[in-house]
Amino acid sequence: MATMAKVNTGSARRNRVVASILVNGVLALICLVWLVPLLGLLVSSFRERADIVSSGWWTVLPHQEYVNTTQVQLTRGLPLDQPIEVEGVALTDDQLRAGYSLPDGRRLIWANRRARLVNVQTQQWLTNANFTLSNYQNVLLGQQYTYALADGTTRTEQGENMSKAFINSITVTIPATVIPILLAAFAAYAFAWMRFPGRKIMFAMVVGLLVIPGQVALIPLLRAFSGLQINGTFLALWLVHTGFGLSLAIYLLYNYISGLPREILESAFIDGATPFTIFTRLILPLSVPALASFAIFQFMWVWNDYLNALIFLGTGPESQVVTIKLAQMIGSRGQDWHLLTAGGFISMLLPLAVFFALQRYFVRGLLAGSVKG
Amino acid sequence: MIQQTREAGKRPPSSAAAIGWNAGQFVIAALGLVVVIGLMWLGFLYLRGTKTASIANALIAIIWGVGGVAALITVTNLLIESLPNIWRGRLLPFLFFLPGVGILFLFLTIPTLITLYQSFYNSDSSEFVGLQNYIATFTDRSMLESFRNNLIWLFLGTGFCVGFGLLIAVLADRSKFEVVAKAIIFLPMAISLVGASVIWRFMYAYAPADQPQIGVQNALLAAFGIPPQSWLTLQPWNNLFLVVVMIWGSTGFCMVLFSSALKGVPADLLEAARVDGATEVQAFFRIIIPYIQGTILTVTTTTAIGTLKIFDVVYVMTGGQYGTSVVGTEFYRQFFTNRNFGYGAAIAIVLFIAISPVLVYNLRQLQSQEGF
Repeated sequence: MATMAKVNTGSARRNRVVASILVNGVLALICLVWLVPLLGLLVSSFRERADIVSSGWWTVLPHQEYVNTTQVQLTRGLPLDQPIEVEGVALTDDQLRAGYSLPDGRRLIWANRRARLVNVQTQQWLTNANFTLSNYQNVLLGQQYTYALADGTTRTEQGENMSKAFINSITVTIPATVIPILLAAFAAYAFAWMRFPGRKIMFAMVVGLLVIPGQVALIPLLRAFSGLQINGTFLALWLVHTGFGLSLAIYLLYNYISGLPREILESAFIDGATPFTIFTRLILPLSVPALASFAIFQFMWVWNDYLNALIFLGTGPESQVVTIKLAQMIGSRGQDWHLLTAGGFISMLLPLAVFFALQRYFVRGLLAGSVKG
Repeated sequence: MIQQTREAGKRPPSSAAAIGWNAGQFVIAALGLVVVIGLMWLGFLYLRGTKTASIANALIAIIWGVGGVAALITVTNLLIESLPNIWRGRLLPFLFFLPGVGILFLFLTIPTLITLYQSFYNSDSSEFVGLQNYIATFTDRSMLESFRNNLIWLFLGTGFCVGFGLLIAVLADRSKFEVVAKAIIFLPMAISLVGASVIWRFMYAYAPADQPQIGVQNALLAAFGIPPQSWLTLQPWNNLFLVVVMIWGSTGFCMVLFSSALKGVPADLLEAARVDGATEVQAFFRIIIPYIQGTILTVTTTTAIGTLKIFDVVYVMTGGQYGTSVVGTEFYRQFFTNRNFGYGAAIAIVLFIAISPVLVYNLRQLQSQEGF
C-alpha cells in the first residue's frame, strides 16, 4: 500500500515534469514565431543597404557558409555533356551547378561555367554583423545614399524626410487624445449619478455606437467638412477622432464612475456641494486611473489610424502622418528595405514606448472597453 | 476670462440666492458665455487656417478643445446655478451630458442616417435610384469577390485569433515565464497595421530562385529545396497570407482578455475535478470553457467586427489587387477613387447590417444590467 502510493507520486511527478516541459516548450515556440517578424525588421533597419539585399537578416547570427578558397581552371571548351574531372572526382554538369560536396568537407561549384572555372569552397563560421545607423539618417533627415548597381556604376538617391511626418503625428495625436477625455467625463458623470428624461435611450445610443463601423459616417462627414472648409486640416482629424472616440470614452468612464462609492458623493452633497464642484473636486481626481486607461487606448488608436488620416488629412507632404508616409513609401519604394525597415521602426517607436511604460493601464482599458469593435 | 468666471464663482451662494433667482450672477455668466463662444469661434477660425504642424499649434488645439469645453461648461453651470431651484435641477444634467452626447450625435448618429439616405441615391446624390445600389452591391463581380474574401477573413481570422489567444492564455497560465510570454504576444497590438504590413511584406519578400532569399518564408522554402513563391500575388492563397498579418496583430488582444478571465476560474473547483480523476482536457472543456463562455463570446464578436471592417492591411499590402479586395477596400474605391457616393454608402450600410447583430446583442445585455 505504502509502496504503491510512492510509485503513484513518482509517476505523478514525472507527469508533471513532462507537462511542464510541454507547456513551456510550446509557449516558447509560439513566442519565437511571434518575435521573428519584428526581429527581422529591427535587425534589418541597422544593416547596410547592400547587406539587406544580398543576405537574409538572420545571417547576422553565427552560421556556417561556404567561402571560396581556390579556383580550378579546366580546359577551355571541355565538353559538358560528359563526366568532368575535377580534384580527382568525375562530376556531371548538374552536380557542379548545384555544388558538390567532397568527403573532406570542401565543395566544388561552377565559378564561371562558360570559362570552365570551378570554385573550391570550404565551410566557415561567419557573422554578417555589420551594423550602421545610416538608414535612420536616410529616412529621418532625407540624407542621400549611394549604392552600386549590378553593372558596376553607382547611383545616388534622396532619402525620406520622415521627421516631418513624425511631428505631424504628434500634432494629430495629442489633441485627439486629450479633447474627448473631458467631454466624456462630464457625460459619464451625468449617466452614472444623475436622473434625467431620455437617459436610457441616450446611453443605449452610446453603447450602440461602440461597434458601428466608421465607414458609415465618412461620406457625410467629409461633405460637411468641405462645407466648413476644414478638409485637409488637422482640425478635421481632431474632430473626427474626438467624435469616433467618445462612445468608448463615455462607456469606459461610465463603468468606472458608476462604481465609485455612493457614500462619498452623498456626504459631499449633504455638505452643500453643487454637482459641478462634486465633479471637479471628487469625480475627476478619483477617476484618474480610468482617464489614463482611455488616454492610452485613444493614443494608440489615433497614432496607428490610417483610414481616417487618409480621408480627412490626405497624403500631402506638409500634413501627412507617419502611417500615411509609411504606406506611401511601400507604394513608391517597396524594395528599398533599408528605408522601409527603419521607417517602420520609427513609426512604432512612440506606441511601443508608451506600451512598455504603461502596459498595465492599457490592459485595464482593454478589459473595460472590450465591446469596442 | 476664466479668471472672471472664477471670481464670479467665489460669491457666496447664500441660501437666499440658492432658492431664488440670482440676477447679478446670471448677467455675468451670460456675458461670460458670449465671450467664451466668441473665443471658441476665433479659435476655430485660427485652427481652420493652420495647415502646418507644430507643437505650438497642437498646444493651441488642446487649449481650444479642452479649455473651451471646460470654460463653456463652467460658465453655463454658473448660468444655471443662478436660476431658481426647479430649473436648476432640470437643466443641470443636460449641461453635463449634452456636449459629449451631442458630438456623438453630430459625428456618428446623424451621418449614419445621411449615409442610409444617400445609399438610395445616385453617385452625386441628385437622383433617387431605389435599391439599385444594393442590387449592384450583391451582383457586382468585384463586390462578390470582396464578400468571399471577407468571409475568409471572418472565419479564419476570427477562428485563429480566438483559438491561439485561448491556447496561449492557457499555456501562459501554467508557465513560469507568463509575464514575458504575454508581453511578446501582446506587443504587436502597439503596432499599426501599416507597420505590420511593412513587417510582413519583408517576411514575404521574393527574389528569383538564383538569388539569395531575404524573406523568411522563401528562405524556409529554399532550405527544403522548394522554389520561391511570390506570396502576395499567389491567388487565391494570398488572402490567407494577409489574414496571417491580422492574426499576428490581434491574437494578443484575445489572449489578454482570456488570460484575465482564466484568473477568475475558481482554483478549488479545478482542484476538486482533478481529485475526482478528471484529466486536464476534461477539466478544460467541462469547467474552464463553460466558466469563461461570456468572455469567449465578447472576444469572438469583437474580433469578428475587426475582420469585417478590415482595410489597412489589404490596402497597404496589395491595394486590393490580385483577388484580395475586401468590403473595406471596395468602399474606399467607390467612395474615394470613383466618387460614387451612392454606391459607397450602400456598401457601408451593408457592412453596418453585417455588424448589427452584435449591436443588438450589446443593447440586450445593457437592458439586463442593473440601473438600465
